[in-house]
Amino acid sequence: MSNVRPIASPSITSPSSNSDDRAHEADHPSSSVAKFGVDQPLKLDCGVDLAPFQIAYQTYGELNADRSNAILVCHALTGDQHVNNIHPVTGKPGWWETMVGAGRPLDPEKYFIICSNVIGGCMGSTGPASFNPATGKVWGLDFPIITIPDMVRAQAMLIDRLGITTLFCVVGGSMGGMQALQWTAAYPERVFSTLAIACSTRHSAQNIAFHELGRQAVMADPDWRGGRYVDQDTHPYRGLAVARMAAHITYLSDAALHRKFGRRMQDRELPTFSFDADFQVESYLRYQGSSFVERFDANSYLYLTRAMDYFDIAADHNGALANAFTGIKTRFCVISFTSDWLFPTSESRALVHALNASSARVSFAEIETDRGHDAFLLDVPEFLEISRAFLQAAGKARGLGNGDGQS
Amino acid sequence: MSIQQTLPLPGVAPERTGSYRTDHLLVADMVAPGSRVLDVGCGDGELLELLESRGIDGRGIELSREGVNRCVAKGLAVVQGDADTDLVNYPDDAFDYVILSQTLQATRQPRAVLENLLRIGHRGIVSFPNFGFWKMRLQLLIGGHMPRTENLPATWYDTANIHFCTIKDFVQLCNEINVKMERAVALDLYGRPVPLNLPWWVWNMFGEQGVFLLSRGGGK
Repeated sequence: MSNVRPIASPSITSPSSNSDDRAHEADHPSSSVAKFGVDQPLKLDCGVDLAPFQIAYQTYGELNADRSNAILVCHALTGDQHVNNIHPVTGKPGWWETMVGAGRPLDPEKYFIICSNVIGGCMGSTGPASFNPATGKVWGLDFPIITIPDMVRAQAMLIDRLGITTLFCVVGGSMGGMQALQWTAAYPERVFSTLAIACSTRHSAQNIAFHELGRQAVMADPDWRGGRYVDQDTHPYRGLAVARMAAHITYLSDAALHRKFGRRMQDRELPTFSFDADFQVESYLRYQGSSFVERFDANSYLYLTRAMDYFDIAADHNGALANAFTGIKTRFCVISFTSDWLFPTSESRALVHALNASSARVSFAEIETDRGHDAFLLDVPEFLEISRAFLQAAGKARGLGNGDGQS
Repeated sequence: MSIQQTLPLPGVAPERTGSYRTDHLLVADMVAPGSRVLDVGCGDGELLELLESRGIDGRGIELSREGVNRCVAKGLAVVQGDADTDLVNYPDDAFDYVILSQTLQATRQPRAVLENLLRIGHRGIVSFPNFGFWKMRLQLLIGGHMPRTENLPATWYDTANIHFCTIKDFVQLCNEINVKMERAVALDLYGRPVPLNLPWWVWNMFGEQGVFLLSRGGGK
């Protein structure tokens, strides 16, 4: 129950002063920034050349002399580049401390770890919350639609800028896993190994439906103002919080919700016969919604969910997934979780079949847990152990000398 | 088994051979160096580890989640899957060898699995417990109940082995589906090869398990 912080709040709270910090981070991040001028546009799938643009990123550890130990971590839908440091807006620890850090599977002592905010995000990479030099205003809905391949294209430009030819590993869960797979399909020779967790090669109809629910919640908030809420000094925090609450349910599982909350009451013995948050699970969801709006931009949420919806690697390769990975040398590890109903094991299995058909070197493990999709962010020892072993075996093949140390 | 015989193996230190199962050593000896191998029903990856230590590019399929996870934790390329349903997803000629080590008797469709084996791989290596082994026969004949041995301790009602056969049965199946036997070895109770010059019925009687190197037969 460590990550459960129920509050007695009767309603979704409006964002505090943190929202100013967030707005500042969108253009002037506390992270490192790679700026790309008008001479280096990002060629987007929608046909637009985006320029200028910037990518905010964090690095941990040192790049070795051979430049062979770089790992790119790709973040999920509402994640950012702050994998393993205090978050500049929320003040909370990094979002993947179970996976990244000293003694963890991704140990900065062994690897040079890079994580960048995706294009379209709101923590310093160019997105709808960024300042648009052409209009002198925030981009808002003038920002072009972006896709997962666009995110990866931008990351590749960053990796070029950092002077890295081949990544030792691309790692990601959920939307991050989609990027890891896209990296491997688009730049197979630049990816030595891929760790794709709780993800899929295409977004399912059910997942698109959930995203549409979230977007409609945002756009139904009168404070959304047709996407121009920054100009009008409002923020559709109620709509965004509802979107987050709905999405958060999909990240958990029936069993996990039951185990954590059951039908227990929140700071009361009896029902109040009102629409107050009587149940702990209600209070928990409201807390999730409220804390999310402090650090996330509503338009960015629309853009990033859309990018996931459009994702379909097979469709980009004449309908056959195996075509995307023909003759690939990259070593894959695919991991799914038994209780993940957002990206169920069947999706991972379809990927594994395609990789087998391409003669790729692939490991696939399904981890038993009741913690749902979010299991990849949590302390699930078997999952972390397999990730560590996969990286060590790949490191051995790469001649990194990264073995043993901690295992 | 204290009297287990260790076979001479190039590339593996003599003191290490003792820790490997004799049938694994025998299987590994049948695989040409540098080839691509799929181990179907790879368990906790013992055979794959032996193969990879000899420079062979190995992949595995394993039904049990625990087995798969132990393999991946060893850095082996193993996927969770079922020999009966998942072999059809592999393309023709994907591997030099496909190995079925002590797994055939646990499949629902041994014949289809064997056919897939030799579609996916140029060669197949199959090892299985011989139900014609004299101890088995004796338990059924004298004891009147389903045989149980040190290597097959499960009772009839909880065994995963649903399709037992004898060496003779297996040879017959190979002939029926036009599979050629390139090499055949029977191991006795102590893991020692039954001498090659003895007739088939001796193998079928004294072989505790059979190990076969198979290839596609010509014609048909």
